[in-house]
Amino acid sequence: MLPEIGQILLILALLASLLQSVLPLLGAHRKNAALIATARPAALLQLTMVLGAFVVLTLAFVRQDFSLRYVAENSNSLLPMIYRYSAVWGAHEGSLLLWALVLALWTAAVAECSRKLPADVVARVLAVMGMISVGFLAFLLFTSNPFDRLLPAPPEGHDLNPLLQDPGLILHPPILYVGYVGFAVPFAFAIAALLDGRIDVRWLRWTRPWTNVAWGFLTLGIALGSWWAYYELGWGGWWFWDPVENASFMPWLVGAALIHSQAATEKRGVFIGWTLLLAIAAFALSLLGAFLVRSGVLTSVHSFAADPARGMFILAFLAIVIGGSLLLYVLRAPTVGGNSDPSRGFTLNSRESLLLANNLLLSCACAMVLLGTLYPLLADALDLGKISVGPPYFGTLFLLLMTPLVALVPLGPLTRWQREQGMRPLALLAPWLGLALLLGVVAWFMAPQGKLKAAAGIAAAAWVGLGTLNFLWTRLRNSGRINAETLGMLVAHLGIAVFLVGALLVEALNVQHEVALAPGSSVEAGGYRFTLEGVDAINGPNYHSDRGHVRVSRDGRSIALLHPEKRMYASGGMPMTEAGIHPALGGDLYVALGESLGDGAWAVRVQIKPFVRWIWLGAALMALGGFVTAADRRFRRFPEKKS
Amino acid sequence: MSDSPQSPQSTPNRLPPVAIILGVLFFIGLMGLMLYGVSRSDRPDRDTLPSALQDKPAPEFSLPLLHDPHVFVSSQDLRGMPYLLNVWGSWCPSCRDEHPVLTRFAETKRLRVIGYNWKDEPADALRWLEQLGNPYMAVITDQEGRTALDWGIAAAPETFLVDGSGIVRWKYSGAITQQVLDTQLIPALEKVEAAAGQAQTSSPSDPRP
Repeated sequence: MLPEIGQILLILALLASLLQSVLPLLGAHRKNAALIATARPAALLQLTMVLGAFVVLTLAFVRQDFSLRYVAENSNSLLPMIYRYSAVWGAHEGSLLLWALVLALWTAAVAECSRKLPADVVARVLAVMGMISVGFLAFLLFTSNPFDRLLPAPPEGHDLNPLLQDPGLILHPPILYVGYVGFAVPFAFAIAALLDGRIDVRWLRWTRPWTNVAWGFLTLGIALGSWWAYYELGWGGWWFWDPVENASFMPWLVGAALIHSQAATEKRGVFIGWTLLLAIAAFALSLLGAFLVRSGVLTSVHSFAADPARGMFILAFLAIVIGGSLLLYVLRAPTVGGNSDPSRGFTLNSRESLLLANNLLLSCACAMVLLGTLYPLLADALDLGKISVGPPYFGTLFLLLMTPLVALVPLGPLTRWQREQGMRPLALLAPWLGLALLLGVVAWFMAPQGKLKAAAGIAAAAWVGLGTLNFLWTRLRNSGRINAETLGMLVAHLGIAVFLVGALLVEALNVQHEVALAPGSSVEAGGYRFTLEGVDAINGPNYHSDRGHVRVSRDGRSIALLHPEKRMYASGGMPMTEAGIHPALGGDLYVALGESLGDGAWAVRVQIKPFVRWIWLGAALMALGGFVTAADRRFRRFPEKKS
Repeated sequence: MSDSPQSPQSTPNRLPPVAIILGVLFFIGLMGLMLYGVSRSDRPDRDTLPSALQDKPAPEFSLPLLHDPHVFVSSQDLRGMPYLLNVWGSWCPSCRDEHPVLTRFAETKRLRVIGYNWKDEPADALRWLEQLGNPYMAVITDQEGRTALDWGIAAAPETFLVDGSGIVRWKYSGAITQQVLDTQLIPALEKVEAAAGQAQTSSPSDPRP
């Protein structure tokens, strides 16, 4: 009975979103206040319905209703309670429902927080968000219904994919989706402005915190995924240029560009058309990401089962959304951004130019990731054979594009709008540049291996970090005050510095040994001694595990006892690796268990990962920067237009 | 997604036609590529790596019969003629899906079809066969799934074609459909039969003078 209620709620949600996308738009067009006023109630109604459906599906998992096909396929009676909740978004149908729920939540948030905006603007924005909801709810109902029955009900279900039975994976999808879907807000504003044919900088100011929050969540979501891959996949890597990682990285890059161009547009009235285009692109790339993951077009560890019907549906949706918004852009953008003001012109040497460079570099990086991700498909389509594009391509191009970006980061905040005098910012930073280069040289001589990468990492991080701190210091000394917007920017830029330390030093200084260890024997790596004390068989709630005990010591002193595991889940499937990690800010000690070699001996992979935590710490700082900026009170003021 | 940025200083009244044409071409190209991708996304072989067992000897095993646990069947017993090993369990919904297809095929008696009951309770498995019919010549059971590791079985259903000399010639993961049967299994089987036929005709016609 309950699942049928869920089904009905989903259908009602679709109807509510249809109302939400049609009535307010009609009202805004005809200047009919009553129709305009339907926007908020429709958005809240839709949220209630989707939330209801989500709760019903969660209940079905908690109560183990295996008569639901989706529940039977993704859980069984041995599944621990916490994973019964996260299993709701463990596969295609449920994660799509989560996506719809997150979208409904963002929509409701816009509806609630937009009371100071003109009613017709809000009506258009909510209508555009409603159209996106229509697409996703129809996709759910027509191709991926999580409430499909499986009759007769099986006595036992399959299992949640063991890879997903992990605390990191409980949070990774929801946070990532909050980021992905959050870009729907600036997108909806861009479309609303284009529909209306004019843009008011005050609305743009209002959308800025939304973009920042969405981008912050996307950053956190990607970082969580990277952290999970690091300890769960057992390879010790933190980024693999996997198609689905790329799919989340593309909107991140464009989102970062959007954050910067929005700031320039809001403050200086420049780049209006470009900002609108980026807002469209960021959300279009989010949709493309969803498409790539769910259509089975590309294969990856993340992909859901391939089903051409789903692929076709979402492709059609993608074509309508992207094609429609780009068409609208071509038709309307020139009029929207047309009121160019000569006083807003700027010279080559100005903050506008630096922001433009930032935008171009980030967009090029995104285009390059897109090309690399789709190239295997393109090669296949053109019959060039099966090709995989790997880290060498991405690594090289990224180095080329990110080096100038990193070089420009500390200069941006120091440079004046419109016109800068000569080399003033560079002159201000010259001592710090010297210090950064000096530190790079020191790193070169201190690094036992990977000298170039270590030196580059330290120099780049010091340049960004010192330059940013210098700006903060000058600003505090001069005025003693700093607003949240600037503070957030500085925190995010410091995050880049911290990230650079982690990413480049772990590349340079990583030590890895793969050895066969019998109980009692040991291996030396990077000054540490790893001794295998033994391997026990233990039983978890729904798996059997071989759990190793590896003692790590240095100079005869014991530092840590690590427990790498190799798990076989009762539901079958591949064995899962759980790495044993001794985390520290200066570097992780990482042990993963490989195959049993007989006679109690095991293949063991031992790694020293210097500064690897800094990667996620840097990402967390970037996200924090986005949130801090969004908290600036200036964005929530909406002064009445002076007449 | 990004067309070339429009000139930031002064916005012209229209976008440059070149930018529009490039944008349209890019969009059409991207959509075309995606369409191509989607249209081939259900081909299971599109980028599956061949099984590690492909053209290698099937693993040695000796497992009890489901219907008579005292009798063990070993890989040696099945030598001499090709056979199809179908991994299933009563807990596996897609096994139910492929069952009618498999049954129809087994009825042609072209090949010995051996059931491999994996990680299952014998009582459940017997009831399942009673309900749905038993297409198998024999069903061996691997309750703990030890032997399944040698076969590299990751999920059920999974099906192996093993030739008369015990070499794995074809493998399929997932439920077998009529299409898979016609386009993959039958051709693979024809190859096996042709090879066997050749071996038979060539060995007697090899009388050394």
